[in-house]
Amino acid sequence: MTASGRKIGGTLLKVDNISLSFGGVRALNDVSFDIKAHEIRAIIGPNGAGKSSMLNVINGFYHPQQGTITFKDIARTDIGPYDAASRGIARTFQNIALFRGMSTLDNIMTGRLLKMKRNLFWQALYFGPARREEMEHRAVVERIIDFLEIQSIRKVPVGRLPYGLQKRVELGRALAMEPDLLLLDEPMAGMNVEEKEDMCRFILDVNDEFGTTIALIEHDMGVVMDISDRVVVLDYGRKIADGTPDEVRGNQAVIDAYLGVSH
Amino acid sequence: MLYREAGQFKTTYGDDQAVFPIRQDRWGMAIILAIAYVALPWLATDYFITSIMIPFLIYALAAIGLNLLTGYCGQVSLGTGGFMAVGAYAAYNLAIRVPELNLIVIFILAGGAAAMVGVVFGVPSLRIKGFYLAVATLAAQFFLDWAFARIKWFTNYTPSGSVAAPPLDIFGFAINTPDRRYFLILAIVTVMALAAKNLVRGRVGRSWMAIRDMDIAAEIIGIRPLRAKLSAFAVSSFFAGVAGALWAFLHLGAWEPLAFDINRSFLLLFMVIIGGLGSILGCFLGAAFILMVPLALNQIPTALGMPLSTAMISHLEFMIFGAMIVFFLIAEPHGLARLWALAKEKLRLWPFPH
Repeated sequence: MTASGRKIGGTLLKVDNISLSFGGVRALNDVSFDIKAHEIRAIIGPNGAGKSSMLNVINGFYHPQQGTITFKDIARTDIGPYDAASRGIARTFQNIALFRGMSTLDNIMTGRLLKMKRNLFWQALYFGPARREEMEHRAVVERIIDFLEIQSIRKVPVGRLPYGLQKRVELGRALAMEPDLLLLDEPMAGMNVEEKEDMCRFILDVNDEFGTTIALIEHDMGVVMDISDRVVVLDYGRKIADGTPDEVRGNQAVIDAYLGVSH
Repeated sequence: MLYREAGQFKTTYGDDQAVFPIRQDRWGMAIILAIAYVALPWLATDYFITSIMIPFLIYALAAIGLNLLTGYCGQVSLGTGGFMAVGAYAAYNLAIRVPELNLIVIFILAGGAAAMVGVVFGVPSLRIKGFYLAVATLAAQFFLDWAFARIKWFTNYTPSGSVAAPPLDIFGFAINTPDRRYFLILAIVTVMALAAKNLVRGRVGRSWMAIRDMDIAAEIIGIRPLRAKLSAFAVSSFFAGVAGALWAFLHLGAWEPLAFDINRSFLLLFMVIIGGLGSILGCFLGAAFILMVPLALNQIPTALGMPLSTAMISHLEFMIFGAMIVFFLIAEPHGLARLWALAKEKLRLWPFPH
């Protein structure tokens, strides 16, 4: 299902020959693929295939021993999470990583931090430019709250919310960064069918309305085949297949990786 | 039934993000300020002003400083007393070496000096967390105690090591009566408490809380831990430094390094825990509570006709503080401020809770 109005553009992110190991464990072994602008790209694979490690490399949390990552035509080997965030990469986590002591509103507002510029003194005065800035960003955040349909939990501390809503707030926080590339690590894990449908709708809408490029890891094959434009399959840290959902579905290596082969 | 927000519609985001979004709270605050600024100086005795209100306000200010660091940014500190000492001695040295400086400027510079020292001792927080950081800040406390006791330059080579504040005035207006000292402190505390509130509800406060709640996620949305933690140390120490300068100049008048020893740090930590981690109001409640317990222990048994000995009172004090801290840590980690918020929540629905 390729959304009607959007146009898949040139290469936004290119991963070249990435290898990452922890001690003797090779988490990623010479992996290369690319992500095109405005597409939904799924990364799948059995447990321990290195999918989350791949996302961690992309957003600067792990430093690969080998390989380069080219984002918006700038190649780099080593980058910190801050640089990745300021250049437009946002992500959500497999295990929810929200700020539990803060309200939904404040959590999403933290996504705007990089865009807020007033210094400590203006902040302490909370007057003039600092106040105006706060209101501008509040308005942006309110649009995201409307978009995700979470108006009623605006002031609730996120620690008190059910799992599905927490996932949604986390997506909201990532959206507040207005990213060019959004990395979603198992956005639908542990959800029931309705919650999954809601989440799919949000992902497609984000892609369609804001043109955000999305890379997601997901175990629900139905979802992956439905919403993604292209799929890359990892197994034991290696890339074993790459292509459209249909190509991947028929690939013998993929079937073997998921179902096992008899020896 | 009086505490209702029905009919108060917020039409701008500004209204919604106000410090007191509910009208009744605004009135309550106005009444408290009126009492503090008008009724108390007019009605209260000098004893009440000098022995209760002045220490209460200064403790509350120092507690706000500690709470910004520990309650909002999650960095435990046992060095608040040391940072207060930096403020006090910086103010003293500025006052005797550059006598033409205005008192307000002295207080601000004293806070600035404490902020710089705070940043230096905050650097380990980038690598160590929780318990270990507490020990590192403890080192700051002992080092600063040592420095002010041993390095004679700080005390201007007075033989006893004890120093006294010079006569104080602001724009030719002598600060020499309890009422005048009280007004000066009250004005400073009002302004700084408001500034603290503004910080914590804005960008800076959110980045601190993000670091407190989950530092990895904070980093990934683009918060630099270095900057967030050191700014928390700087602002926190600024508050502690100003509080130290006020404590020395306007409360004690003459002091020695022992005035800012480790016990001061512990007392402030108790205030923050009992009052409420992560609440500005909690700092005031905690400070009031810690000051009230000894007074209550003194007054109540006497009123009941069975006076306690001083030693007994001071032992009871420790036991009650200890029990309260254990109680709050287990039952209500957000302290008195949280209890107050719950009471307000109940009051909104009272008397029809369903």
